Amino acid sequence: MEYIIIIISAIFVNNIVLSKFLGICPFIGVSAKIETAIGMSGAVLFVMTIATLVTYLIQNYILIPFGIVYMQTITFILVIASLVQLVEIILKKVSPTLYQALGIFLPLITTNCAVLGVAIMAGQQDLNLMESIVFAIANSIGFGLALILFAGLREHLELADVPTPMRGVPIAFVVAGLLAMAFMGFAGIV
Amino acid sequence: MNQLKNFTKGFIKENPVFALFLGLCPTLGVTTTAINGMGMGLATTFVLLMSNVVVSLIKNFIPDKVRIPSFIVIIASFVTIVELIMQAYLPALFEALGLFIPLIVVNCIVLGRAEAFASKNTLLSSAIDGLGMGLGFTFALTLLGSVREILGSGSIFGLKFIGGEGILIFILSPGAFIALGYLIVIVNKLSKKGA
Repeated sequence: MEYIIIIISAIFVNNIVLSKFLGICPFIGVSAKIETAIGMSGAVLFVMTIATLVTYLIQNYILIPFGIVYMQTITFILVIASLVQLVEIILKKVSPTLYQALGIFLPLITTNCAVLGVAIMAGQQDLNLMESIVFAIANSIGFGLALILFAGLREHLELADVPTPMRGVPIAFVVAGLLAMAFMGFAGIV
Repeated sequence: MNQLKNFTKGFIKENPVFALFLGLCPTLGVTTTAINGMGMGLATTFVLLMSNVVVSLIKNFIPDKVRIPSFIVIIASFVTIVELIMQAYLPALFEALGLFIPLIVVNCIVLGRAEAFASKNTLLSSAIDGLGMGLGFTFALTLLGSVREILGSGSIFGLKFIGGEGILIFILSPGAFIALGYLIVIVNKLSKKGA
């Protein structure tokens, strides 16, 4: 039951992009086509889950026992940056097809604040190991859902007659606002 | 004269938010009120200024291959300093900004300026660039925060001057996207006219 609440809350009610404002850069940057949006979501799912698992272990077995929690920001970002490199190298060797699909998105993920954000949030909410992993997976599904929905909307926007000053990024923001408004309808489920 | 141009470019022409679309997560996330936007902007300015200074000082000692990780460590150190100082002296602001303080590390403007400007320029121009960009970012955040606060709760910097409830949606997340979208339109229109 706990897990179901975590999942529904992370995907719909507190959607990471539309209500917590994390990962806006890829949300605006790579959402022009549905295919790239799917690729990016896959890469985020992969990295976010592994990063949350590793940072959970570091937080609970190194930082807290030694009383150096103030080093959290530095350690987490370095772990995530090296993890992304590692995942890239391993994926290239083990599964070239998956590497082909996710490859170009992996380096971009280091600066995706959603990954660091979820790792820190999992620590703040006192989740245990299993809950942290479920939390990370649910959040990356929420990220993917918002990104793919938004990409679909933007593909249609290409065909619409938008006033000149609003073309491009401004109209994308207004559409994102309407999407966020739709997601507000989920408030109160959990 | 050149340094002056270097300083002022961050305000409109190369404004990180309105023109370069960098650092959008904190821009949308913390601007529920003008004061929060300003606090976040100033914290980022400090990190930007200090990391630009340090990066430009040690640029000749860092091997090219490890420069990005080194920049990240420098930035993360200053973010930790800001985090600890703010927690000690401004606990209310620290609470309000929450998660977005540690996330200054992954703010693309900071790493972007270190990589694109400070690693190639002298100490003085890097410091001026960092300060200018930071204040431009602060300006954008304060502006967006003011707009959302006026529309959403009829007040500015906490001073209420319109009675009644206000348009709640501007305090909530959809309002952030919509307000920023229209602000970009206005800034685009104004800056094109000026040029």
